[in-house]
Amino acid sequence: MSSDRALIEVRNLTVDYVGDHSVARAVNGIDFDIREGEAFGLAGESGCGKSTVAFALARLTRLPGLVSGGQVRLNGDDVLKFDKARLKVYRWNEVSFVFQSAMNALNPVIPVSEQIMDVIETHEPALGKDGARKRAVDLFELVGIPPSRLDDFPHQFSGGMRQRICIAIALALQPKLIIMDEPTTALDVVVQRDIIEQIVDLKNRLGFSVLFITHDLGLMIEFCDRIGVMYSGELVEVAPAESILTTPQHPYTRALGNSFPPLTGPRQRLEGIAGTPPDLRDLPAGCRFAPRCPHAMEKCRIDAPQLRFYPEHMSQAACHLLN
Amino acid sequence: MTEITQTSAYSLTDRLDAAAIASAAPSQAQLMKELRVKARPGWVSRLPSGLGAFVTNPKGMTGVIILLALILFSIFGPMLSDYNPNRRAGGPHVMPSQEHVLGTTRMGKDVFTQLAYGGRVSLSVGFGAGLSAALIGLAIGISAGYFGGRVDEILTFFVNVVLVLPGLPLIIVIATMVETASPWVIGVVLAATGWGWSARTIRTQTLSLRTREFVLSAELMGEKKWRIILVEIFPNMLSFFMSGLVLGTIAAILAEAALEFIGLGDPNAITWGTMLFWAQNNLALQSNAWWEIWPPCIAIMLTGAALVMVNFSVDEITNPQLRASRKIGLIRKFLSSRGRSADVF
Repeated sequence: MSSDRALIEVRNLTVDYVGDHSVARAVNGIDFDIREGEAFGLAGESGCGKSTVAFALARLTRLPGLVSGGQVRLNGDDVLKFDKARLKVYRWNEVSFVFQSAMNALNPVIPVSEQIMDVIETHEPALGKDGARKRAVDLFELVGIPPSRLDDFPHQFSGGMRQRICIAIALALQPKLIIMDEPTTALDVVVQRDIIEQIVDLKNRLGFSVLFITHDLGLMIEFCDRIGVMYSGELVEVAPAESILTTPQHPYTRALGNSFPPLTGPRQRLEGIAGTPPDLRDLPAGCRFAPRCPHAMEKCRIDAPQLRFYPEHMSQAACHLLN
Repeated sequence: MTEITQTSAYSLTDRLDAAAIASAAPSQAQLMKELRVKARPGWVSRLPSGLGAFVTNPKGMTGVIILLALILFSIFGPMLSDYNPNRRAGGPHVMPSQEHVLGTTRMGKDVFTQLAYGGRVSLSVGFGAGLSAALIGLAIGISAGYFGGRVDEILTFFVNVVLVLPGLPLIIVIATMVETASPWVIGVVLAATGWGWSARTIRTQTLSLRTREFVLSAELMGEKKWRIILVEIFPNMLSFFMSGLVLGTIAAILAEAALEFIGLGDPNAITWGTMLFWAQNNLALQSNAWWEIWPPCIAIMLTGAALVMVNFSVDEITNPQLRASRKIGLIRKFLSSRGRSADVF
């Protein structure tokens, strides 16, 4: 499915939130690649910077957020340097988005057909009205909604269907990458699975890449090829999904995995992770996880570990324990 | 930067090339310097956060300092002067001098003394009328919006009546009906006619807030109606109330001065408005006695400007995006100096 060629290269990406009296570094110089045809997941607890990364990739960072450093490279071109015209092509033609509340982005007084065709007509005017309509019919079939309902209004659909319509809109121009920031969090578990399976199926058929963000580590392990685990604005581990589940290298990844109940097997007490993430305006010296880490050593409190590659597990991790 | 040893099956040899290293972000401290973000002074952190934000807001503090100066001047100014504002203190139109700091009027009254006494009346009438109008507007707007139905219909009728009545002419009619329109009468009239806009905006805001889940949940928990209004709804529109208060006060001070300037007030009262009335009547400008006409003008202008600045600061404090957009010039400069697109929003 996924090739070795990187589609998006994120290098040294840093995002700050500019306050009145302080600057909070929400994402601190992270590096990762999203390969062609790959589903890359970003995991981590609330406030660790996952969504901030997604917004920066889409060039949707809003004030007071500021992408203060690094590069987001698409075929070698830096997305952060795109001008307005290039950005218009980049958004939707090359990269599209599905957000948690995407279904609320549908205008309640306009039939969904028009809203899908809007995207197509804006970006591919050559297609014409009929061509756009035909594409909309195809898209509806693709996401499993009968095309006969194309001219219905958003309120006539259920939440899950509306979310699927938004996925259809995201697919409308066959982008190379779809950024999905908690696309199914607002939906119930059955619909969630349904939609995720559909996305996997579409991904395999159409060959786009996905940047997938969710709280649900189980769902992510099942769906993604590789996963990056973030803590306090830094990547602490990047590894194939299987390794994250079976051989987590970083203590935080292990703790995160232990916070979810297994579906089968005896009931067991979940451990969770004691403590809270650090204040981004007042970070501890050394490793950011050290204050909550059960294995923290003297060195961890002084020297911040760097992300290193460990070939035996095919994973990159940032932890002194591994050396 | 870090050396990342990459010998992976997914070989990524160019992980951190020169371009990526060059694009690194400045340190937080450097960034703060470049965007002119100043650390919070130690003493501010001991204040409650809202107040802390206000004292460190340059616009708001400028406004407050000007207002305080004007108020202190009105309170203590008269004590610095030996003259009676109503009595002749020297020759007509004496230039500002040691004896008469701001000169004298045509009638030989001391302008400095009049300005200070006038400030007492003008400021208290302005603030009193502004505060009363804002409170009436708040009470009527919030009740109409929250209770809805019949109550809303009746209250909205009155709001509309107040809104369609032309303000100044109405005040002129009322002012001519009372025998002598003392500043206090004018204040009452301004309060009674000035609450329309603030009631209208607050009603609209209440209408949208009352359908929100937190109000519904408060109702389901059985909270009393007055508590829902005061504790759940009101704090959400503090900025609306504040802007109503500030703009109402400006309008009241200007309207009071305007009424007195055209001669509808009590000419024997001493306010900034009557000072202008007498200056105009005595052809102060034509006889080059600028010191008779400028002081009350500047005092009114300063009061208005200071109140507007306080209003701006309340806006900025309650809306973080507005606060960040103050930095937009520096942020654009930061981005374009690094060759990135400065197209931020």
